[in-house]
Amino acid sequence: MSAGLLTVSPSPHIHTELTVPQIMRGVIFAMIPALLFSIYNFGIGALYVTGLSVLFCVAIEYAIARYLLNRAASIYDGSAIITGMLLAFNVPSNLPWHIILIGSAVAIGIGKMSFGGLGNNPFNPALVGRVFLLLSFPVQMTSWPVQGATFSLDAVTSATPLGILKEGIRSGTPVDTLLSEMPSYTDFFFGLQAGSLGEMSAFALLLGLIYMLYRKIITWHIPVSMLVTIVVMTGIFWLIDPTRYASPLFHLLTGGVMLGAVFMATDYVTSPFTHRGMLIFGFGIGVLTVLIRLFGSYPEGVSFAILIMNAFVPMINKFAKEPRYGVVKEKRK
Amino acid sequence: MKLHHKLKTFKLGGVHPDDQKISAGVAITPLPLPKVVTIPVAQHIGAPAKIIVQRGDMVKTGQIIATHEGFVSSNIHASASGRIGVIEEVMDSSGFKHTAISIRVKGDDWQENIDLTETLVEEIKLEPKEIVARIMEAGVVGMGGAAFPSHVKLSVPEGKHVDHLLINGVECEPYLTADHRLMLERPKEIIVGIKILMKALGVDKAIIGIEDNKQDAIELFQELLKTETGIAVEALEVHYPQGGEKQLIQALLNREVPSGGLPADVGAIVHNVGTTYAIYQAVQKNKPLIERVVTVTGKSVKQPSNFLVRIGTPVIDLLIAAGGVPEDTGKIVSGGPMMGKAIADLDVPVAKGTSGILLIPKDEASRAEVYNCLHCGKCIEACPMGLEPYHLLLMSKKGNSQRAKEEHILDCIECGSCSFVCPSNRPILDYIRLGKTQIRKQKKV
Repeated sequence: MSAGLLTVSPSPHIHTELTVPQIMRGVIFAMIPALLFSIYNFGIGALYVTGLSVLFCVAIEYAIARYLLNRAASIYDGSAIITGMLLAFNVPSNLPWHIILIGSAVAIGIGKMSFGGLGNNPFNPALVGRVFLLLSFPVQMTSWPVQGATFSLDAVTSATPLGILKEGIRSGTPVDTLLSEMPSYTDFFFGLQAGSLGEMSAFALLLGLIYMLYRKIITWHIPVSMLVTIVVMTGIFWLIDPTRYASPLFHLLTGGVMLGAVFMATDYVTSPFTHRGMLIFGFGIGVLTVLIRLFGSYPEGVSFAILIMNAFVPMINKFAKEPRYGVVKEKRK
Repeated sequence: MKLHHKLKTFKLGGVHPDDQKISAGVAITPLPLPKVVTIPVAQHIGAPAKIIVQRGDMVKTGQIIATHEGFVSSNIHASASGRIGVIEEVMDSSGFKHTAISIRVKGDDWQENIDLTETLVEEIKLEPKEIVARIMEAGVVGMGGAAFPSHVKLSVPEGKHVDHLLINGVECEPYLTADHRLMLERPKEIIVGIKILMKALGVDKAIIGIEDNKQDAIELFQELLKTETGIAVEALEVHYPQGGEKQLIQALLNREVPSGGLPADVGAIVHNVGTTYAIYQAVQKNKPLIERVVTVTGKSVKQPSNFLVRIGTPVIDLLIAAGGVPEDTGKIVSGGPMMGKAIADLDVPVAKGTSGILLIPKDEASRAEVYNCLHCGKCIEACPMGLEPYHLLLMSKKGNSQRAKEEHILDCIECGSCSFVCPSNRPILDYIRLGKTQIRKQKKV
């Protein structure tokens, strides 16, 4: 055999199987329980919104890469599909198509491609799109169809548990009375509550989390640190005054906490590198979420909390370094 | 069922590639002498040896043909008897050309003072200083791959106190089984080698570290060492790069060699099992380092093998003995898949540091598509030195040597874990090597 045919390259000569497309496929797979539950709960509307959102995101990324940036289309890595799914998970299941289009354009165009595409965006693209829509279309973005109203695109709408709580406390009703009119915690856990398309079922989202941990796609640090912070902080307020503050369990199972902890905050690109950094990041999201929920004017704060902490990631990366072998004291710079 | 207690391992990073020890069950067989051996004079870290023979000279097996230049250098011996042929530059496994002495092999006529019997010689007659001198004389270098002259390691700098001798039987590189086979087939010689090293260093504690995927070797040494005091066997978790000197010290002693320091700074000296066997041969049998065990392996190799090979044998001879070069071969690596060097030429000679020849099929030979950095942090998670490989890549790319140095780029042991785990297939280690070279060049100027 001729030696001229041999490949010569520096070591290592083997590589892990977990590459970008595999990871993206894994994340998409992890979102399927939540999507299935959403379809069960909201009917075909959920599938329609998710499908449109994915379609728009992929098409917009393709168009921008191909015709504005004149480079090879980067859609095959699957990241645009994830952004599309996550955007859909963060909006009501009866959102009109033109609002979805605007949301997708902002998420992909401004949130991702304007920074140079995958890996370069400082903020979570789906959340950029979601917050833009929340500020631009507050009415459509906060009228959630009632759960169980299947196979209808024009379902009756209701407020989320968090919205009811915020209004109730403002008008001076004790938390107990408010909670007694809501579904039980078990119902919350399995997702029988009003809310955005993919955020209601803690159970379905936890299945996704377990799968991603098992495949070693993400580590436990961000979700655990974020959830523990929320439980501890809301727990303290609840112990101080249970008539004005809801229990930690309520805060854990309602709104976007689970979706945020499992899929939004764990986005590689917009979260810190090191385990230490991840713990700080999760802690920051937890604190901001609770502050917005308890003292802000919005009933829910997970999206804002994640976006604000996204901005701190470069700083966290600079200071939260891993311990180094053989280096006792790292000089402060 | 056996009780499972948690096995020791190193603390930071590391990866778990599929271990692929397909040649583990194959006994060591001596490879027939080649027609010509080509012996490079720079097989070790340090100055190349100075040639003391001329073309046309007749040499015997084991005769010295090049002497060490300075202390950090090593003697080179004839690995076969015959007539000295051309002395010229040949390509070695590093991909660079280095001077090599060729011998046209005639018979196998050994030097008289070498003991060729198989008898185990247990009594250690030599004094510590004489042991080190003998090891230096015999040209023994580290056989795990780095080929650092062994006598230098044994000459502990003044003011440093060594309390532990660590024997590296980890063989953490996937595919390679040379050390494993040697431990199974020459355990008694290795134990005498350990005692020689302990005497030379004046230590009374030695630990053999063996990864858990070599259960037979662990049990064999436990059995043989039952009555010994001072030598312990430690089963370690399978975890790459545990065979790295610094990682092994952390795994066995929970000590960290300071950045830029030596193992002796934390009271440890590490020798590979192959080296320990060569030291036994040198001290008890007066036999210089002229042969070693080389694993020939790969997914498509017909007969994965462990050969006892004379130094200077061309790689092609080993491949033919293992059933030929498979059709689908795309890359040939000297060493293991994580740290070995791809060779371009099948005439490359086996050197003292050649632990294996790995044949990689075509579909695994080239690198996959590169994506943008996702900032996933997997390279940081994998780095056994706690460095930030993605960051070092960026700094090396920009030529920012100062910052790279502050981020401890020189601590990188080039184990390849970062490139291995990178989901985006980024050439992280390539750039880190570039960055290290930039710094070394600046030092020279």
